[in-house]
Amino acid sequence: MSEKKKVQRRDFIFTASYALGAVGVGAVVWPLVDQMNPDRSVKALASTEVDVSSLEPGKSITVLWRGKPVFIKRRTEEEIAEARNVNIKDLPHPEKDEDRAKNPEWLVMLGICTHLGCVPLGDKGEYNGWFCPCHGSHYDTSGRIRKGPAPTNMEIPKYEFVNSNTIKIG
Amino acid sequence: MSDHNYVPSSKLGKWFNDRLPLLTLADHLKEYPTPKNLNYWWTFGGILTFCLMTQIITGIVLGMHYIAHVDLAFDSVEHIMRDVNYGWLIRYVHANGASMFFLAVYIHIFRSLYYGSYKSPREVIWIIGMIIYLLMMMTAFMGYVLPWGQMSFWGATVITNLFSAVPFFGEGITNWLWGGYSVDNPTLTRFFSLHYLLPFMILGLVVLHIWALHVPGNNNPIGIDLKKPSKDTVPFHPYIVIKDLFALLLFLIVFAFFVFYSPNILGHSDNYIEANPLVTPAHIVPEWYLLPFYAILRSIPDKLLGVIAMFASIFILVILPWLDTSKIRSAIFRPIYKQLYWILVLDVLILGYMGAMPAEGTYLLIARVATFYYFIHFLVILPLLGKREKTLTVPLSITEPVLGGSPNPQMVKKRELG
Repeated sequence: MSEKKKVQRRDFIFTASYALGAVGVGAVVWPLVDQMNPDRSVKALASTEVDVSSLEPGKSITVLWRGKPVFIKRRTEEEIAEARNVNIKDLPHPEKDEDRAKNPEWLVMLGICTHLGCVPLGDKGEYNGWFCPCHGSHYDTSGRIRKGPAPTNMEIPKYEFVNSNTIKIG
Repeated sequence: MSDHNYVPSSKLGKWFNDRLPLLTLADHLKEYPTPKNLNYWWTFGGILTFCLMTQIITGIVLGMHYIAHVDLAFDSVEHIMRDVNYGWLIRYVHANGASMFFLAVYIHIFRSLYYGSYKSPREVIWIIGMIIYLLMMMTAFMGYVLPWGQMSFWGATVITNLFSAVPFFGEGITNWLWGGYSVDNPTLTRFFSLHYLLPFMILGLVVLHIWALHVPGNNNPIGIDLKKPSKDTVPFHPYIVIKDLFALLLFLIVFAFFVFYSPNILGHSDNYIEANPLVTPAHIVPEWYLLPFYAILRSIPDKLLGVIAMFASIFILVILPWLDTSKIRSAIFRPIYKQLYWILVLDVLILGYMGAMPAEGTYLLIARVATFYYFIHFLVILPLLGKREKTLTVPLSITEPVLGGSPNPQMVKKRELG
């Protein structure tokens, strides 16, 4: 074996077989991996309609959407003012309240702390918004993170007003 | 390994052994030369095997009565507790058995740390052990989810959300783990499936762990290489078998105390409330055996870095054989390491306590200091100490301090050279 081994036809056949084998293994493994992803029945429940006609200003309701709690809050004038009169540069995750609540009276957001997924408690915390009891994250009246370990604001799901009384989430 | 010249006495035995040498294996296990100075800290291997078998047997029985469905799981556990004959006993043994398993594994691991059992040539035993430990944590976590109480649900939510810290793929990974957009029925059924599978993978790894142990043989309290078999060793049976059994009996007293007198003290009362995805309990606390890692997670204010630190605190143990640069195994002959060892034990206990306390104020500060020290111990102190420490003279053999001389000429030669 003094000379460098020459590439032969057989090496090509070996490499081609390994490559085909790898593709085959991949094709077998993928269904086994993908079966764990959300299935059709889970995806089919992807939207929820909520009647909000009985909700008074300052109150909020929690509904389940995709197994997750969604807060629907009808905000008071003071709460709206508090959310809008914040210097955007002071926020850990800068987002304007105008972008989070298209209709300022209604705040619709996922009631899930962005730290590790607990459900924050309403009308609590140092910013009159929400407070997560698990690891102490404080959110303001726009659901934006102000203090604590959570990295981002609470998420705003896709939603629309079907009519003046009904919100469709998802 | 010892010699394999074993010949069965009976004709049938010989016929069988020529075809499948199980009797040779049995003879090897019986005659396996063991250091004669092994103390009671060495009995936890046997105790752990017992714990694993207990969990598997009680688990299979519970699986006959449990129903993995979000609407039925909680009730089926209550059904086991109230209706199934001896169901309360079997479930309490299984639930407390998990705690006993971890108690024993922590003693086993800290034994290894004290006597340097992870060092060459036993690195592979140690690494397999760490994989077993990781699988144990996964199994215990998934088992805790099955009763579908409040702690089950929110524990599952918090732990699976750890993966949402992964940049870009976080959401995809968590949805894949859940089989949906939150912890729900698909999550419960797959956890049940995996909770049933993993103990058997642990069992397979235990076989490898023991196989790897039988290649170099046991470490021992003075941490020297032994000539085997010799004056320094005794056969595994009956000497170690009897000692292990006696230790197991003592261990069972503790086990039985928990099962019969305070079966719920190690659990959390919130888990007797059925899971509710709309209400998070005020204090989410993992089981006691995961608390030190939970404290590390919470002591870091950044989500991603916290998760990385938590996984790193476990991974660091895997590479320990290369972090500890000292050639001397046993802490008996390492006066400085011996003290640092106890500081580490204290550090881990403090971390465990802080993991159970709310993450704020003084608690958080102490948790941060303890987390920092944990990493310093492994990453800075151990590599440096091994090169600087002035160690005591290691005896040539177990019998040398008493009788003088050594049955192991290699050790004599090594000392003369040193």
